[in-house]
Amino acid sequence: MIRDETFEPACPVPATATDMVQLAHGSGGRAMEQLLDTVFRPAFGNPLLDRRHDGARLVLSGPLAFTTDSYVVQPLFFPGGDIGSLAINGTVNDLAMCGARAQYLSAGFILEEGLAIETLRRVVRSMQHAAAQAGVAIVTGDLKVVDRGKADQLFINTSGMGVVVAREAIEPQRVQAGDAVILSGDIGRHGIAVMATREGLGFESAIATDCAPLTEPVLALIAAGVDVHCLRDLTRGGLASALCEIAETAGLSINLVERDIPVREDVRSACELLGLDPLHVANEGRFVAFVPPGEAPRALEVLRRFAVAEGATVIGEVAPAPAGRVTCRSPIGGTHVVDRLAGDQLPRIC
Amino acid sequence: MRFRDEYRDPEAVQKLVGAIARATTRPWTLMEVCGGQTHAIIRYGIDELLPAGVTLVHGPGCPVCVTPVDHVDKAIEIAGRPDTILCSFGDMLRVPGTNGDLLGAKARGADIRIVYSPLDALVIARANPSREVIFYAVGFETTAPANAMAVYQAKREGLRNFSMLASHVLVPPAMRAILSAPRNRIQAFLAAGHVCTIMGFEEYEPMAAEFHVPIVITGFEPLDILEGVHLAIRQLEEGRAEVENQYRRSVRRLGNEPAQEIMRQVFRVVKRRWRGIGEIAESGLGLAEDYRGFDAEARFGAVVPREEPASECISGLVLCGDRKPTQCPAFGTRCTPDHPLGVTMVSTEGACAAYHRYRGVALAAG
Repeated sequence: MIRDETFEPACPVPATATDMVQLAHGSGGRAMEQLLDTVFRPAFGNPLLDRRHDGARLVLSGPLAFTTDSYVVQPLFFPGGDIGSLAINGTVNDLAMCGARAQYLSAGFILEEGLAIETLRRVVRSMQHAAAQAGVAIVTGDLKVVDRGKADQLFINTSGMGVVVAREAIEPQRVQAGDAVILSGDIGRHGIAVMATREGLGFESAIATDCAPLTEPVLALIAAGVDVHCLRDLTRGGLASALCEIAETAGLSINLVERDIPVREDVRSACELLGLDPLHVANEGRFVAFVPPGEAPRALEVLRRFAVAEGATVIGEVAPAPAGRVTCRSPIGGTHVVDRLAGDQLPRIC
Repeated sequence: MRFRDEYRDPEAVQKLVGAIARATTRPWTLMEVCGGQTHAIIRYGIDELLPAGVTLVHGPGCPVCVTPVDHVDKAIEIAGRPDTILCSFGDMLRVPGTNGDLLGAKARGADIRIVYSPLDALVIARANPSREVIFYAVGFETTAPANAMAVYQAKREGLRNFSMLASHVLVPPAMRAILSAPRNRIQAFLAAGHVCTIMGFEEYEPMAAEFHVPIVITGFEPLDILEGVHLAIRQLEEGRAEVENQYRRSVRRLGNEPAQEIMRQVFRVVKRRWRGIGEIAESGLGLAEDYRGFDAEARFGAVVPREEPASECISGLVLCGDRKPTQCPAFGTRCTPDHPLGVTMVSTEGACAAYHRYRGVALAAG
């Protein structure tokens, strides 16, 4: 387990009566108030949340993007991140893919009775840190506690809202034949980081998640006037699922060149060992952008200014037919179809 | 990555493809035995690089695919008992039994855990002394030594709550069965490199002589496979039928002797039914008499032989190389990875799954 020794709490933390979450913490009574006061409010405090009302009154103008996501990752902590940073960045990134800057988030927590308060505190601090990094405020929230055994430690839901800055819609329907497919960096790190921690696979060096907010490079693309047709962040199901979905929705074909898809050496080795295709492995800080071919060089130049997208590169192009098909040219010249994963990602046996 | 990228080098591939074309004067039919080789062939389009007339047919080397339905039923039954934990490699969880699969049993509440090594099952057994922990051992000679080691270790420790449901199969008897079939059309084998890493290749020599068939021990990377094809075709063209070792960086003539020794100690050779193919004498491994106390069948009742449910699935013909997956009328329509009719569509090493995954329905049929 990784301990964040460097983090300083936002304010002095009074001692609680117990070091474990109990059912009373979700009952709406004094115990809950105390948990909110000692764990949540010191971390998330902002003028809107501090009003302690049933909801937040927001003033926003322009077209809005709105999204929600639930986080149930196990283990809660893994190299480079945890369920808290994931819960912030995942929702922030979904808004970024709509061409919007995340402004306000809600956070709902379902806690399992018996969860160590210290664990909860670590997750909340991590959310505080990630929210500050992404420039987003948590303005409303909810907390429930369920009996031991009825949840796996801790589940989080976040919803997010932001103003769309892109003038044109950014969606699969706008993808056109000829579009360049840009990938923002190397793939597969998050899935391998979580799997290695969960299964106790001791690789020589820990592979850390790529979890990061993607708002800045995306908004920079738009600000630079690049005509972005479609964006999609790569999460569960990896690059393959994201591209299959877009190809099907757009009714077009996407042709990739395997050699151009960046995969770090240690991730490739882990995938070989586990019998996984990096194209199917999860990411939390990567996206694909579809842009007109002539605008690809400028898009790359803009993206590479940001650390989170410095590995941006063109990995393929869109073709008119066959509709809904993604293919990949192997390094030795053969071409194969890229499909979504059937079922869960299970390791091979020999 | 060292030991991998140099075996996927496009220039070297082109050179070898040229050499194969120059060596080939007649049509030949070769079988690659192992499912891992099948996947590499389809993923990289290696079959498309070969001269017309050279046909690669896919062999039975997918242990998950050939595990009989009654063994899967037994595993599901054991997993459903109170106070048991069934440990398995992930691939087995989606293999259909008579009524559903292990994933379904897990959803209904059975404690089924995916492990990456049989020794992990021992760790689980030590941590849960009040529960029975069963390791579902599936695989060829490649996985057998580690599985044997788990049982050996359990006996040494006196771990009473650990047992093994053994569904191990052996490759050479299956190759013999294919060569002996009246309709056999296989003229040469690319034998499974990893199996030979453990077992060596002496036992293939009488087979090559008896059936006059070249057997080339072959690896799994594109260049390995092409080199295996090249060596096999040269033998065929010259009328030779020998055992050759392409996979020299891993395979020795005598194999891994300590691994064989632990297998001999813990296992005994038994007859085994192969899903889709039928019973083959001396083609499986069961626990030896000294280790009978660790046999899940001794503890929870023997597997009840059961016929496979009638189905339009032709996986038996696919596993023997009689048919290509795309020659099945159900391929890609009534049979897909999401709704498989047979195990060759389920397993990551199954030929049908390889075609579906890498060629899709339209490309594969075309």
